[in-house]
Amino acid sequence: MKIMVAVKRVVDYAVKIRVRPDKSGVETQNVKMSMNPFCEIALEEALKIKESGLAKEVVAVSMGPSNCVDTLRTGLAMGADRAILVEASRDLVPLTVAKLLKKLVEVENPGLLILGKQAIDDDCNQTGQMIAGLLGWPQGTFASKVVLDKEKQAVSVDREVDGGLETLCLGLPVVITTDLRLNQPRYATLPNIMKAKSKPIKKYTPEELNVEIKSDLEVVQVTEPPKRNAGVILSSVDELIDKLNNEAHVI
Amino acid sequence: MRFGEKSVIQDEDRLETVNTDWMHKYRGSSKLLLQPRSTEEVAQILNYCNSRCLAVVPQGGNTGLVGGSVPVFDEVIVNVGSMNNIISFDTVSGILVCEAGCILENLISFLDNQGFIMPLDLGAKGSCQIGGNVSTNAGGLRLVRYGSLHGNVLGLEAVLANGDVLDMLGTLRKDNTGYDLKHLFIGSEGSLGIVTKVSILTPPKLSSVNIAFLACRDYSSCQKLLMEAKRKMGEILSAFEFLDIEAMDLVLNHLDGVRNPLPAPMHNFYVLIETTGSDESYDREKLEAFLLSSMEGGLISDGVLAQDINQASSFWRIREGVPEALMKAGAVYKYDLSLPVERMYDLVDDMRTRLGDSARVVGYGHLGDGNLHLNVSAPQYDDKILEQIEPYVYEWTSKHRGSISAEHGLGLMKANKIYYSKSPETVKTMGSIKKLLDPNGILNPYKVLPHSLDS
Repeated sequence: MKIMVAVKRVVDYAVKIRVRPDKSGVETQNVKMSMNPFCEIALEEALKIKESGLAKEVVAVSMGPSNCVDTLRTGLAMGADRAILVEASRDLVPLTVAKLLKKLVEVENPGLLILGKQAIDDDCNQTGQMIAGLLGWPQGTFASKVVLDKEKQAVSVDREVDGGLETLCLGLPVVITTDLRLNQPRYATLPNIMKAKSKPIKKYTPEELNVEIKSDLEVVQVTEPPKRNAGVILSSVDELIDKLNNEAHVI
Repeated sequence: MRFGEKSVIQDEDRLETVNTDWMHKYRGSSKLLLQPRSTEEVAQILNYCNSRCLAVVPQGGNTGLVGGSVPVFDEVIVNVGSMNNIISFDTVSGILVCEAGCILENLISFLDNQGFIMPLDLGAKGSCQIGGNVSTNAGGLRLVRYGSLHGNVLGLEAVLANGDVLDMLGTLRKDNTGYDLKHLFIGSEGSLGIVTKVSILTPPKLSSVNIAFLACRDYSSCQKLLMEAKRKMGEILSAFEFLDIEAMDLVLNHLDGVRNPLPAPMHNFYVLIETTGSDESYDREKLEAFLLSSMEGGLISDGVLAQDINQASSFWRIREGVPEALMKAGAVYKYDLSLPVERMYDLVDDMRTRLGDSARVVGYGHLGDGNLHLNVSAPQYDDKILEQIEPYVYEWTSKHRGSISAEHGLGLMKANKIYYSKSPETVKTMGSIKKLLDPNGILNPYKVLPHSLDS
């Protein structure tokens, strides 16, 4: 069985982000970029499944400008066997990513498609669900535990939902999106970094895959949230009542 | 003298904290803590104390490791922590002017917003103050790249024992007018004056930081790796640290949320290499090429490269966490030595042989600067163990013309040990300078220079 993992190149989680002066978006020049943390978890899960003997190959996929190759190299250095880059110069919205992934799935025929639950730059949490819909595959989202049963050709997924944990049993092929507590991603070891240099990265363009890049969304403006005012320390209950009455108008 | 309520503390609980050092090894019995809010207040305090021959201990973050920041008896503690304003920052030159009580981590955050960094970084950054860093000529993790404070401090303001204020707060890169007195205050551990303001040159924050955590089979590989690193990527090297298997074991066992980046088995030596440059892909390629060739050459047994900032922080947590892990493990005897790099680890091996089963000998430190942190960990403080360590460690160091205190300073702990690293004539001259600047000997008495000089 082949596992396909989609990974996204985003501003590093630990960077203090700033909004561009023209308010068109977040500053990404000269800022550290890394693999989306949830995508790292997705890749780690795929590698674990392969190491347990239940899959033959892990293919990492990314989409975007050519420097997304860096993210794929990280994936290869972690242990993925092959990588695919769909080169696109414009920002891709989740629906477009899902449509492109569908084409790649038709070429590669994986039994499992694993993604991070959301990207930390747009927090959309849509791609996994959309691709499952487009493919007509079952989906196990917000996975905190994944157990594959090769014989039954099914996978049991524990999902973190509002009320607690929900366990689903899904027949392959399946889309899984990963949540934080699923696993702890491995580091890229030097021997693997060395091996990664000879692993292939195949490039496609959206035209080759017959997908039109269009977006129904237009970003009008990006601004920082308003700064919170400092609290005020009051000296008496009377003062509190006065403020609640005359300033906050709640009593 | 009039001071605000908040500036004069005689509360027993507060006094207990400021009377005790970070390692809980030294405890004074001062009955008075003063927290001046301005240079003028510091001047008034010293003038008064000098006229009455009252001894004073200058104090900052109290993170020193040689008992230099707490009273020996009942000296008055003058803590500059309330003087924590940033006075100015020039975004073109990167020159920062601030008060001595600014916490290092706060300065790092402030500069981060401006696109700059502090030229020094140490594990104590959350508590240590820049005045203390300057007064002890702190070294830290980035000295191999940015040099020492003697090079980065452009000016300072200090108050002398008699209350005179020396304004040497220049912001010039070059100023050869007369004797450069600021250097006397950098590293003299508060014994010549109290530093109240600092002007420091800060490097621009470069965008590409890469870090690798490596395993080496033996010390000579670590050493060769250092030589190769300086030769093949010296221009982007920003840190080169090492820790031995004992240090790693302590960290993994005593600190929360820390895991070994490398798979089993445990290795004899671990090396942390950091590079900082302006071009991410160029630096990464260079570092990868260096690491792979070192691995092929047998210098590295295994290693990992951080893929994001989180992983990078986790590597630093291991190295920076060693002192904390040692504290949690029990009693610890700390030694901070500068030694010729080839001989550095021989001392650790010798100490292990000497101490046998009675204690655990741990070696780690700034390999890039030839600075070994030799620590002996024991269940309790025991004079029998101390006898085996001192003066052997100092004699060994002296024989190799090393320094018995690379960066921690002399404080109280090594006040009488200076002769292991400095000649009698040199020490005598230091004594004359001390007598000149502090004739009544009120500043940090019993510390830095040998007691025999006081007569």
